[in-house]
Amino acid sequence: MSLASYWRTSRQRMSLIGEVCPHCGIKLFPPRDVCPKCGGPAKEPFSFSGKGVVYSFSTMYSAPKGFEKYVPYIVALVRLDEGPLVTAQLTDVDRSEVRAGMPVEMVTRKMREEGEDGLILYGYKFRPLFQRVAG
Amino acid sequence: MRDVSIIGIGQTPVGEHWERSLRDLGTEAVRAALEDAHMTHSDALYVGNMLSGQLSGQESLGALIADYSGLRGIEAVKIEAACASGAAALRMAYVAVAGGVHEVVVACGVEKMTDTLSGETTTGLASAADAIYEGEQGLSFVALNALLMQRYMYEFGYKREDFAGFAINAHRNAMNNLYAMFRKPISHEAFARARMVAEPVSLLDSSGIADGAAAVVVAPTELAQARGLRPVRIAASTMATDSVALHDRDDLLALEAARASVQKAYVQAGAGPGDVDFFELHDAFTIMAALSLEAAGFAARGEGARLAIEGQIGLQGRIPICTMGGLKARGHPVGATGLYQVVEAVQQLRGEAGANQLQGCRLGMTQNIGGSGAIAVTHILERVE
Repeated sequence: MSLASYWRTSRQRMSLIGEVCPHCGIKLFPPRDVCPKCGGPAKEPFSFSGKGVVYSFSTMYSAPKGFEKYVPYIVALVRLDEGPLVTAQLTDVDRSEVRAGMPVEMVTRKMREEGEDGLILYGYKFRPLFQRVAG
Repeated sequence: MRDVSIIGIGQTPVGEHWERSLRDLGTEAVRAALEDAHMTHSDALYVGNMLSGQLSGQESLGALIADYSGLRGIEAVKIEAACASGAAALRMAYVAVAGGVHEVVVACGVEKMTDTLSGETTTGLASAADAIYEGEQGLSFVALNALLMQRYMYEFGYKREDFAGFAINAHRNAMNNLYAMFRKPISHEAFARARMVAEPVSLLDSSGIADGAAAVVVAPTELAQARGLRPVRIAASTMATDSVALHDRDDLLALEAARASVQKAYVQAGAGPGDVDFFELHDAFTIMAALSLEAAGFAARGEGARLAIEGQIGLQGRIPICTMGGLKARGHPVGATGLYQVVEAVQQLRGEAGANQLQGCRLGMTQNIGGSGAIAVTHILERVE
C-alpha cells in the first residue's frame, strides 16, 4: 500500500466511516459515492458502530507478501449491525471458538509492517464482543 | 452479425516450464493453432493474460507475441479480466469477426506463474480481489474462496469431504490428457487428509499453479466451410460482471455474473441446460465447481455439491464436467485457462478427445470466471454437421 493510499483511506480504516444514501437510506461500507441500489449519488458520511456478527470465516495458513509472519490468522466476513458486510481479520480469539453468528466488535490494530524502514500499517480488526456479566 | 466458428486450436502442456518463457509459450500455442487451421496469417491477435506485468515485468504482450509468432504488424492487444482473461480474449475475437471488422483472428491465453516464489504468485493472484478492502486485510485469493465454502457448508449442511468428488473426477479425467499437469488419480482418503491452505480449502480443493498457453483461430463459419475446414461453431459468446469484492454481493452464494452470462448464452444459442452435453466449468476451487453448476441451472441452490456426491459429473454422468481434467488437474495457468477450456471443448466436439471422448456430443459449454465471481465469460460451442 502506498503512503498516499494509506492516507487517503484513513477515515475508513481507523474509524469505519462509510456513507449513507440520502435517497434510499442504505448504509455503505466501504464508501463508493454512487448508491449500488438506487443509482443516486451517496456522499453523506456515516459512522458505523463497529458492532456486528461473523457471517463466514477462515483460518489462513498461507499468506500474501507482508503477512507471512502472522500465519495462521483468522479472516472473516462480518455483518455489521447497520447492514453491510465487511472483510476483516478476527483477533483476540482462538480459532476453535469462532462460529457463524458470533457477536464481534471493531478494534484498531496493527495490520503489518513494510520492512525495517517502511510504514507500520494500522487498520480495523474484529474481536469477540465482551458480554457484561450480571452482578 | 456473422456466424462465427473456431477453425484451429493449439496448446502447450500445462506445468512448471522453467526452461521456457512467457513469449515461448504464447508463440508455440499461436503457431500450433494457425497450423491446425491451415492458416499462415491472421488479421488480429488478442492475448489473454493476467499476471505478466506483476510476475514477469513484461507488458506489451500483444505486440510481443504477435512479433515472435511471425505476425509482426497486425492489430494485437492484451486482454485482462483476471482469471477470465483467456475467455475474454476469445470474446473479443468473436466480437471482431461477428461484427465484420476482421476475417481471421487468433485468441491466445498465456500465463507464466512459476518463475516467482509462491508468496509473490499468491500476492499477484490476490490482485484479482479488491486491493484495499480485501487484499490489504490480509486475505489471499484462496481465503476468499474459503469464505464462500465455509458459508456454503454452514447454510446447506455439507462436510468438507462432500467436495471430494470434484477433485477426484478432475484427476481421473486428466490421466488421459497429455497436456494436463497432474496425470494421476487421487483417493477420498488423500482428499480427507490434504494440507489446509485456508480452512476449509485444502491443497486438493485447489487448482494447480502453472505455466501454459492455449490458442484458437476464429473465422466466419462460411469462410471455414468454403475452405473445407472442420469448424466448431460459436453458438453463444457472452460476458457479465458482478462486484469485485465478496462483501458487496447481495447473495454471497449466487455467483450472479456466472448466472447472467449463462442465461444470455442460453438465449443466444436457443438452448437450455438440458441441451448441453458437457460443461467445462471454472473449478479453480471445489466450491466454485458447486456454485457454477447451480448458476448454470444444472442444480438448485445448495444442490451443486450433491452432483459430485452422486457421481453425476463423470464422463458417463448426467452432466460431465472437466472432461480433460479441469482447472484442478489439467492445471490453472490463470490467463490461459479460458482458452484451454475452449480447446478441450473443441476436441470433444471434433471427436478428438481420445479415451475421454463423449459419444455423440453436439453442444459443449465453457465458463471462465475472474476473481471470486466478478467476471464470467460463457461460450456455447456446437458441432457443425
